[in-house]
Amino acid sequence: MQWEVVIGLEIHAQLATKSKIFSGASTAYGAEPNTQACAVDLGLPGVLPVLNKEAVRMAAKFGLAIGANVSRRSVFARKNYFYPDSPKGYQISQMELPIVEAGELEIELEDGSIKVVGITRAHLEEDAGKSMHGDFQGMTGIDLNRAGTPLLEIVSEPDMRSSQEAVAYMKKIHSLVQYLEICDGNMQEGSFRCDANVSVRPFGQEEYGTRTELKNINSFRFVEKAIEIEVERQIDIIEAGGRITQETRLYDSDKNETRSMRSKEEANDYRYFPDPDLLPVVIEESFLEAVKATLPELPDEKKHRFMETLSLSAYDAAVLTASREVAEFFEVVMAAADGESKLSANWVSGELMGALNKNGLSLSESPVSAVMLGGMIKRIADNTISGKIAKEVFEAMWKGEGDADAVIETKGLKQITDASAIEPVIDEIIANNPGQLEQYRGGKDKLFGFFVGQVMKATQGKANPAQVNDLLKQKLKA
Amino acid sequence: MHNKSIAELSKGLAKGDFSSEELTRAYLDRINGLGAELNALVTVTEEQAISAARSADQQRSQGDAGLLTGIPMVHKDIFCTEGVKTTCGSKMLDNFISPYDAFVVEKVKKAGMPMLGKANMDEFAMGSSNETSFYGPVKNPWNTGTVPGGSSGGSAAVVAARLTPFATGTDTGGSIRQPAALCGITGLKPTYGRVSRYGMIAFASSLDQAGPMTRSAEDAAWMMNVMAGFDSRDSTCVDKAVPDYCAPLNDDIKGLKIGLPKEYFGDGLNADVAAVIDAAIKHYESLGAEVVELSLPNSKLSVPTYYVVAPAECSSNLSRFDGVRFGHRCANPENLEDLYKRSRGEGFGAEVKRRIMIGTYALSAGYYDAYYLKAQKLRQLISNDFKTAFEKVDVIMSPTSPNVAFKLGEISDPVTMYLSDIFTIATNLAGLPGMSIPAGFVKSDGHDMPVGLQLIGNYFEESRLLNVAHQFQMNTDWHLRVPAGFE
Repeated sequence: MQWEVVIGLEIHAQLATKSKIFSGASTAYGAEPNTQACAVDLGLPGVLPVLNKEAVRMAAKFGLAIGANVSRRSVFARKNYFYPDSPKGYQISQMELPIVEAGELEIELEDGSIKVVGITRAHLEEDAGKSMHGDFQGMTGIDLNRAGTPLLEIVSEPDMRSSQEAVAYMKKIHSLVQYLEICDGNMQEGSFRCDANVSVRPFGQEEYGTRTELKNINSFRFVEKAIEIEVERQIDIIEAGGRITQETRLYDSDKNETRSMRSKEEANDYRYFPDPDLLPVVIEESFLEAVKATLPELPDEKKHRFMETLSLSAYDAAVLTASREVAEFFEVVMAAADGESKLSANWVSGELMGALNKNGLSLSESPVSAVMLGGMIKRIADNTISGKIAKEVFEAMWKGEGDADAVIETKGLKQITDASAIEPVIDEIIANNPGQLEQYRGGKDKLFGFFVGQVMKATQGKANPAQVNDLLKQKLKA
Repeated sequence: MHNKSIAELSKGLAKGDFSSEELTRAYLDRINGLGAELNALVTVTEEQAISAARSADQQRSQGDAGLLTGIPMVHKDIFCTEGVKTTCGSKMLDNFISPYDAFVVEKVKKAGMPMLGKANMDEFAMGSSNETSFYGPVKNPWNTGTVPGGSSGGSAAVVAARLTPFATGTDTGGSIRQPAALCGITGLKPTYGRVSRYGMIAFASSLDQAGPMTRSAEDAAWMMNVMAGFDSRDSTCVDKAVPDYCAPLNDDIKGLKIGLPKEYFGDGLNADVAAVIDAAIKHYESLGAEVVELSLPNSKLSVPTYYVVAPAECSSNLSRFDGVRFGHRCANPENLEDLYKRSRGEGFGAEVKRRIMIGTYALSAGYYDAYYLKAQKLRQLISNDFKTAFEKVDVIMSPTSPNVAFKLGEISDPVTMYLSDIFTIATNLAGLPGMSIPAGFVKSDGHDMPVGLQLIGNYFEESRLLNVAHQFQMNTDWHLRVPAGFE
């Protein structure tokens, strides 16, 4: 039988606020355990939560960016369960009335087609602390530094039909939250995490199969692998006549398998009810307008602009807008290159990215700044150097030998564009290669390349290739 | 000295008739002497009180004393006090020393009032007799064989016995007013949101409210000037200007419209108590007030509504007492579940467990709509009754409690106990301010036992309640009576 895979994702994005969602404690990552947990985060008797308005602003920003309905009134609810890293015995979350409802996001599939993924809701909640099973003589340590960090839980519709689509969606959200500057997207530190709801059904069947929830998958690669291995497991069970149990499963990346955490029967009854310590969140039109004004150009808009006004290919535009950092770098390069969009695109996505990858560097660590790269491209455009020489200039800049003009100057790489300087070289080469000249004139056109090569060699690549071509054509004809 | 009003104490300190240290020692002597049998305090903070009194005296000598500087007081043990044990009447918190002060504690400290100690109370404020305290019941100074009411029973008893001029209380379903009535003192539960709940250990967050317990309405007005105010740390606190509660105390109450809800004068009301209340109302009429009969048709739903909402909230609020970070932890837990079960099983008393179970049930999947949601709807109906009533009257009056103080151990059935708050609960559900003032006495078991008159006002009309109460107290002396042995 042919099986169709159905996937919905729940993404937890830690919001990049300075302080926690309900207290004034810092959200900075990596501090000594329990040094960033105040009385409120510890759930001491008598303390009360006070909502961080910045978290609301960020959630609203996300809602606007996915064309969702930003609720004018949303309500915090308590999700009650006991666990040592949940200090109050309940998590403050949103249940019936989330802050963001009914949005959508376009993803690009491998064949280049566009798919719209529905986003059911996004709600605000507080993160839990961490249990530490290290050196505690058989006991468990609790670090509550993370407790109370604001999270935006983004819940998709079960719209994805393959692990690749799921990854494309996750990457798109990952890029979007960074564009919006509401999440640092750091997956190693757990700022961006994902649970996947996975089921299979025979092709053509409308009803969904029984789903399992795969917990806490912390990389794009693992999302893909976890879904694939889970789909395989489900199909195997069904084809062997078995049934899927609705349950929560954990993906073990070492063994590349999923295993059961708890079944629906064992699931908690969270006893949600509106948190009486917090008033409903009321969003005024003016607040929303102000948030709207802070929205940056979104990835899709940017991509379309790059294609339409800069005449970039769909592929280049997609690569350059995949992250806000790259897009902004590119735009600086282009500005420094006096608007040379195509050359800038080629150099950023080609040479620069290649060098960064090769050296394992991130864009922010690039030894060649956007302005430097743009300055070099400008020299290609104004014929000071050729594209070939530019590679040499780029390498020198990478090694820290100064900006393009300095490198060109000290290395004497300036292109020769003076015909009176090129002509004697050509004359000499023609004179020294009578055999080739005869063959060429006898109809062997391919030999034109030989002459170009000789000229370039004689000028150490500095002769303007277009000029060399023109002059050679004239002289070879004669 | 111990019979002086707060105004008199303020004047005496200002004139130098006595020092704060003398005053504080006098109260401490009473607390440690004849007050000891009442079991009204969980902790006596003798050293801190003396030291605070000395600073107050020093402040005064430097000429920067406020009106209340140096007047001692007592906090209900539900308020977190930095460096001092805060038990909430529970074994669970027998070892808990708060690292911070509650809003109310900060305000009182700032006013320069030395804290004499922390008052005993029903465990986590759940009770109407003070018998659920881990530290044993408080005794009513009018008859030590009877209960002082609850949950602020310790606070009511210390004020009644003249062990302090002022104690803080909290009221979730009547916990200030009912013990005030049973102990013959004045207690005010302000409008929900008038006093910050920050640092007040939560029982039912949407109902809890702190207020003053004093001998007179005038003293209560003085203390409201200290306690009321906005606090950004409590999201449910209302940012509304605080009036001078003393200013309107002497306003004339001629033409005041008093509403008497017929539902508060029916079955279950003790006839002697009813007679005292009738006489008090007549007294108001003699002062020029007008009496209007009215109906609060959903009154009978108050107790059942309350016993869904309050336990539901408490079941969640008390989840933080899990033996992990503070409070009681069982010995040698085998695993996590054992740690939770035994720490909570050992740390909480029977009434607290009962309410956690009721609340957990009411919030459970499949029952939520039938209980919690329904209760929220009824709560709205109850509020609407009051809204309609306040279109016609200025203040509503009723007995505070259907009976005078009952004997220790007399009521063992929880529902019967719950019904002792039948007249006070609706006020909390609606969030309105309510007050209890001494209205007379009833002979019970050979003792004169106090009866409380309840006054309910419209939202944020604490000033009016205090004015109406003060006018009564200017013309009566019930509030000046002292229990035998505590003169």
